[in-house]
Amino acid sequence: MSLVRRVALAVAAPLLAFVVAGVVATLVLIVTGDDVGGFWDVMFSVPAHRNLVSILNTTALLYFSGVAAAIGFRMNLFNIGVEGQYRLAGFAAAAFAGQAWLPGPLNTVVAILVAMVTGALWAAIAGVLRVTRGVSEVISTIMLNAIAGSLIGYFLSKIGVNNGNATNTKQIPEGSRVGTIKLFSDSPTELYGLSLLAIVLGVAFWVMLNRTRFGFDLRASGSSETAAVASGVDVRKMVVVAMLMSGAVAGLIGLPTMFSDSFSYGSSFQTQLGFTGIAVALLGRNNPVGIAFGALVFAFLNEQATLLNILAGVSPDIVYVTQGVIVLAVVIAYEVVRRYRVRLEQAQVAAELAEQRGQPVPEGVGS
Amino acid sequence: MSTAATATRPPVETSPEIRTRRRRIAVLVLVGFALLCLARVISGAEELTSSGTLTVTLTATMPIAMCGLGGLWSERAGVVNIGLEGMMIMGTLGAGYFGFHYGVWAGVLGATILGAMGGALHALATVVFGVDHIVSGVAINIIAVGVAGFLAEAWFSALEGGGPTQSPPLPTPPTIDLAFIADPMNTLEQKHWFLISDLASVVEMLTKDLSVLVLLGLVLVFGTSWALWRTRFGLRLRSCGEAPSAAETLGVNVYRYKFVAVLVSGALAGFGGALLAMVSSSGFQVGQTNGRGYIGLAAMIFGNWRPAGMLAGSTLFGYTQALPFRQGTVSVHGLLLLVAAILLVVALVQLLRGRRTQAGGALVFGLVFLTWYLTTDIVPREFTTMAPYVTTLLVLALASQRLRMPAADGQIYRKGSAG
Repeated sequence: MSLVRRVALAVAAPLLAFVVAGVVATLVLIVTGDDVGGFWDVMFSVPAHRNLVSILNTTALLYFSGVAAAIGFRMNLFNIGVEGQYRLAGFAAAAFAGQAWLPGPLNTVVAILVAMVTGALWAAIAGVLRVTRGVSEVISTIMLNAIAGSLIGYFLSKIGVNNGNATNTKQIPEGSRVGTIKLFSDSPTELYGLSLLAIVLGVAFWVMLNRTRFGFDLRASGSSETAAVASGVDVRKMVVVAMLMSGAVAGLIGLPTMFSDSFSYGSSFQTQLGFTGIAVALLGRNNPVGIAFGALVFAFLNEQATLLNILAGVSPDIVYVTQGVIVLAVVIAYEVVRRYRVRLEQAQVAAELAEQRGQPVPEGVGS
Repeated sequence: MSTAATATRPPVETSPEIRTRRRRIAVLVLVGFALLCLARVISGAEELTSSGTLTVTLTATMPIAMCGLGGLWSERAGVVNIGLEGMMIMGTLGAGYFGFHYGVWAGVLGATILGAMGGALHALATVVFGVDHIVSGVAINIIAVGVAGFLAEAWFSALEGGGPTQSPPLPTPPTIDLAFIADPMNTLEQKHWFLISDLASVVEMLTKDLSVLVLLGLVLVFGTSWALWRTRFGLRLRSCGEAPSAAETLGVNVYRYKFVAVLVSGALAGFGGALLAMVSSSGFQVGQTNGRGYIGLAAMIFGNWRPAGMLAGSTLFGYTQALPFRQGTVSVHGLLLLVAAILLVVALVQLLRGRRTQAGGALVFGLVFLTWYLTTDIVPREFTTMAPYVTTLLVLALASQRLRMPAADGQIYRKGSAG
């Protein structure tokens, strides 16, 4: 197959998905009698500088979340529990950092570790239950999400500080906060320092997947468990380790905002990022670069959604519909393209064989 | 179901194995109930088996059971349905819109149809296009949340009593009230006798203001049991979940059966949504389902992909959901004693079977729960809301290894793969 055709086929699926999602959104808006033109104007408007910065910040959060989900997906392990893991981890980190037991930046570093360990351990419960008791991780992680919510509520009521209208953890001391980066001089919002961790994570994820034995085992277990077992992979160990890693990455999701903006865990802590991360991972085909693209698209959609209500009077919920449709459409489109490619390859091979048969068959070839 | 109607009924023989299994399940249920009564008597948490608690349990159980039943239909045909949650959300939305404008039965019908539409989408993705079942289900859940939020704002904002996140109060489905049985049972219940008063509560629950929708749900559970295990249609449907290639070689149209199963699955989840919006509460609310679709799925797994077991699992979850509303901090505290007792019994049984590690694990957890019970008087409020989820995990951890799911469950099937 020519290079042009291969690239065209790779781009075709996501493109098709976006077109379908756009059509569905338009149809829904027509049915409810909303302002279709206004919707498209807002969605295609170029973001202002301040919006660009928030898009980048959200991209980083969604990238963490997407990678956390993708580590599991790569070996057919459905960690639906990223949501609970990152909330619990965020809470633990905030509670720890707020105590200010350690000085300045050391406090920050240890708090990040606390978040990663908390996320990892919470995810490990599902992993251990799966390998020792055969409990489906899909169900157990969903249950753990709900339990995490209640646990946080309980501990927050115990150690939280009530500032009049809400209960938060203690403020992170000045010295342990992480600075921001000013990208545009006219923008009041700035890039959170810890957002840069996303780049480190992306590189680490790529190296782990493609350049380490663990990454190979991970992909092997996902592609064919029986083959992996036959080649000596301890799948049970892999499940637990993959869950630990997934949870550890999930632990990072809440940190950039917390250390650069809110400085505590409370009602303002952004939820639902874990679920969006699943969609982002699927959109990016669990690939380090693909997830970055998916995270950017979803961050862009989320940012435009906040403008929808103000500028076009359309409920931002329409964007969630669009996001869901994109995910479903993209996986269907990948499948359609894959089938088309297989047919194409078969046709090509058949054509070449026919050609060979037409000519004198060389010694030792054909039957 | 013309196949079922014209089929000569296969001779139904209940093998001795099935009969012993049924007897064992019956004994387990009875022992569990007796332990619960004992926990009530010892801990003095009267709400553990009061008719009030049981009534709330029943209304909490049925929506979960309908999702579980939906999961059963689809997984018996080999399609994993994580999208039940989304289909249930569509059901609550349909009940809210059609129920408010056109009455109770239109609401039920609308909920069922919207749920089935979610099912159709899932079937299209998984059966026709061969997309991973979990991926499709997750996407459907995201879509459903968006659609429900968006349409609720469009439909209910302008209505009196409604708002952007909730519908106006919906009409209540008719109820059946057999006061001549319920009233004497209530007298009996108030005596607080061991087991007798508790059984009286059960009878009272079934005879006092029983919603016809709840009754319909129970009929659907038994109807499913008949349709899937006693008809030709059911045999073929289940064969698609066990060995689709073999079914294909025998002339079964696997795609069609899978499609029908997933459609029914969505319809049942939608009906569960109707129950939730019209029986368990007074109207549609955004976020009302709160994970019930997933719990239904867990209930089905707990029930070993069978209707009766699924109903038992749903009851367990319905009960732990109901309890926090009935003097929760005291009642759930009483429940700790029951959990401790069960774990200690499990430890003993495992020890007798020579499984030391399992026995040790159960013993440790049993002692932890016992200590918790003995050293406290109430359970913190936040912990009571955790009860259904912790129960799900515990139950699955204890039961999972003995379960057998349909052999081809979750696998992607393509026509012609039989060769």
